[in-house]
Amino acid sequence: MRIDAKGIYYRELNRILREAIASGEKELVVDNVNGQRYIADAVEEKVTIIVNGVPGNDLGVFMNGPTVIVNDSAQDAVGNTMNQGKIVIHGHAGDVLGYGMRGGKMFIRDDVGYRVGIHMKSYKKQVPVIVAGGKAGDFFGEYMAGGILMLLGLNARDGEMLAGDYLGTGMHGGVIYVRGRVEKHQLGAEVGEVDLDDQDQQLLQEHLGEFCEDFDLDLKEVMGTKFTKLIPISSRPYGNLYAY
Amino acid sequence: MFKSFVPPEFLAEIDQGKCRKCRRCIQNCGWDVYSWGGDRVLADDTKCVACQRCYLFCPEEAISIKSNPLAFKEHPAWSDDHRKKIYLQAETGGVLLTSMGASTPYPILWDNILIDACQVTNPSIDPLREPMELRTYLGRKPDSLEFEEDGDGGLKLKTDVAPQVKLDTPFIFAPMSYGALSLNAHKSLAMAAKELGIVMNTGEGGLHQDLYPYRDNIIVQCASGRFGVHSEYLNAGVAVEIKIGQGAKPGIGGHLPGEKVGMEVSKTRMIPQGTDALSPAPHHDIYSIEDLRQLIYALKEATDYKPVSVKIAAVHNVAAIASGIVRAGADMVYLDGARGGTGAAPTIIRDHLGIPIEHAVAAVDDRLRQEGIRHMASIIAAGGIRSSADAAKAIALGADVVSLGTAALIAMGCRVCGKCYTGNCSWGITTQRPELTRRLDPEIFAERLYNLITAWSRELKEILGALGINAVESLRGNRERLRGVGLDSLTLDILGIKPAGR
Repeated sequence: MRIDAKGIYYRELNRILREAIASGEKELVVDNVNGQRYIADAVEEKVTIIVNGVPGNDLGVFMNGPTVIVNDSAQDAVGNTMNQGKIVIHGHAGDVLGYGMRGGKMFIRDDVGYRVGIHMKSYKKQVPVIVAGGKAGDFFGEYMAGGILMLLGLNARDGEMLAGDYLGTGMHGGVIYVRGRVEKHQLGAEVGEVDLDDQDQQLLQEHLGEFCEDFDLDLKEVMGTKFTKLIPISSRPYGNLYAY
Repeated sequence: MFKSFVPPEFLAEIDQGKCRKCRRCIQNCGWDVYSWGGDRVLADDTKCVACQRCYLFCPEEAISIKSNPLAFKEHPAWSDDHRKKIYLQAETGGVLLTSMGASTPYPILWDNILIDACQVTNPSIDPLREPMELRTYLGRKPDSLEFEEDGDGGLKLKTDVAPQVKLDTPFIFAPMSYGALSLNAHKSLAMAAKELGIVMNTGEGGLHQDLYPYRDNIIVQCASGRFGVHSEYLNAGVAVEIKIGQGAKPGIGGHLPGEKVGMEVSKTRMIPQGTDALSPAPHHDIYSIEDLRQLIYALKEATDYKPVSVKIAAVHNVAAIASGIVRAGADMVYLDGARGGTGAAPTIIRDHLGIPIEHAVAAVDDRLRQEGIRHMASIIAAGGIRSSADAAKAIALGADVVSLGTAALIAMGCRVCGKCYTGNCSWGITTQRPELTRRLDPEIFAERLYNLITAWSRELKEILGALGINAVESLRGNRERLRGVGLDSLTLDILGIKPAGR
């Protein structure tokens, strides 16, 4: 089903989408999207939504199943508190992506803004994954309690840093992989660098394989650079801050 | 061994003559005060918090808990409390953590406000024998009402009314998370709310599967940590609340100490076991009123436009902030005053930040009326409501309903010992230790909560009757029926009430 979003307010657009999904549509193509918010908000069905244009903030907020493909850049708060499903962005995306994300996948081809993956969580097999193909702003993986963040810097110039400062500040769970090196001064106080083992390589192969397929990239080339693995030093970083 | 310079706050004394050595005290104390010494029970005073569990469960009344009479040389500036805190911080280097509401003796203006009553010139109403309406609806009210003919000679409402939360009495249970509270405490609140026709609020720790059947009596909260927030959860209640702040800790995020993050809490919150669940101080997708609007409508879109409440701590500029919240699209504004409780907060924050609810509710009601938007959102007043009289005064100052946190815990047995953050609550309320939570039978404690709200509702009816009013909505914002005693003229002006005698 094709929907022309030109000039349609978000509330109307989302109503049309929800009704189409309820009537059994499995693939929805939305053309001329121009800043409409909340696309796929809390949608539970495993449908595919193809967004042609730049969607507004909170794309895929509370989303619980769909696959959303954006054939352009996206704005802020993509995948906010998302629970399940997949978001693929063929371009850049803004700040606070995957805030409190609880599951599912988000692939961004290019750069991402500040505070990406903030307070991501996981429980047993429910592990959210964000892969950013470009560079990231400050506070990447802040307060992270679980999940997987990957930063590839495929568009980085020689010597250019992939991440900003305060990387993983307040992190107490999950793991961050950066393709290349990270300077010590960039790291939050709660993060430590450790060597990658076979399991890590397997994880990278698995997720980056899918990433490369989605964006038509060469996995060998992507895997050809050494990765840095960051994990929290303590699962209770602020345990000693308080007097009882 | 190093002995702390901080003397025990209480002394747990056992009358060995009366003691039958049944050791029930050892079993009941969540703090490990008591131990078996071979021939008698020994007590470690340093651990006692005066929760009174041992006293009440000692069959021989052999235990007495006393304040430690140890004298500090009196000093007008250096109170015992200041000295004890400095000793502890000098020993630990830590930020002092505490629970419950502020313990600083700021004036409580409820105690300076009196309610009017009818005499001679206007008849009072007998609430025992005449109808008295306490039903209250939370949510956005329309600007005006339009009617049309129903074709049957009558009229029907033409205006679309936004969804409302129906309450049989203007009391609700305050947000207290699963994690801060035990599951049994959460269940007690949900069961009582259902029986009473009111609502409980999940707080920010998500909702345990066992509580989903109570969906008609639950407000679910979405806070900065986004703990337990997913689409099913958002739709599991009658409304959604965005928690921006809390009266006990304005400007800082939630704090669930690692001691209380066991397997079940870890699962509901999706964080590692034993970690401190610290929610970010702000929502990082909300740095402005416009951003708040974004989340309000994200939640409305996710829930087919259920009412959204925004909870803030009462702070200096609360009236302007509340106006922004209403304009951002909130259907309720939850104001939590500086005396509001907490499961865990830095003492320095709890005791010194924010403003009391009396001032806040009056200022917000005033401001929203001045701007002509008071009908667009309900006001929920919270933060140290201790009795139905406090509640009646809050409603007369402008609140639609009042919210009870500490009072509800006290109904469940809480002694306000202020140690919720340790997770050792002997009453099974603010602990996750199974041997302690087991003590709190939800059936029994739901009944106590039911009794409390029923009693306060009856008292509210008595007050309304004395005022000659037959519906609580006629009390709302009815400041003409309040008078201040011992208040300066500026405070009276802020509260919008006259001094007694005028």
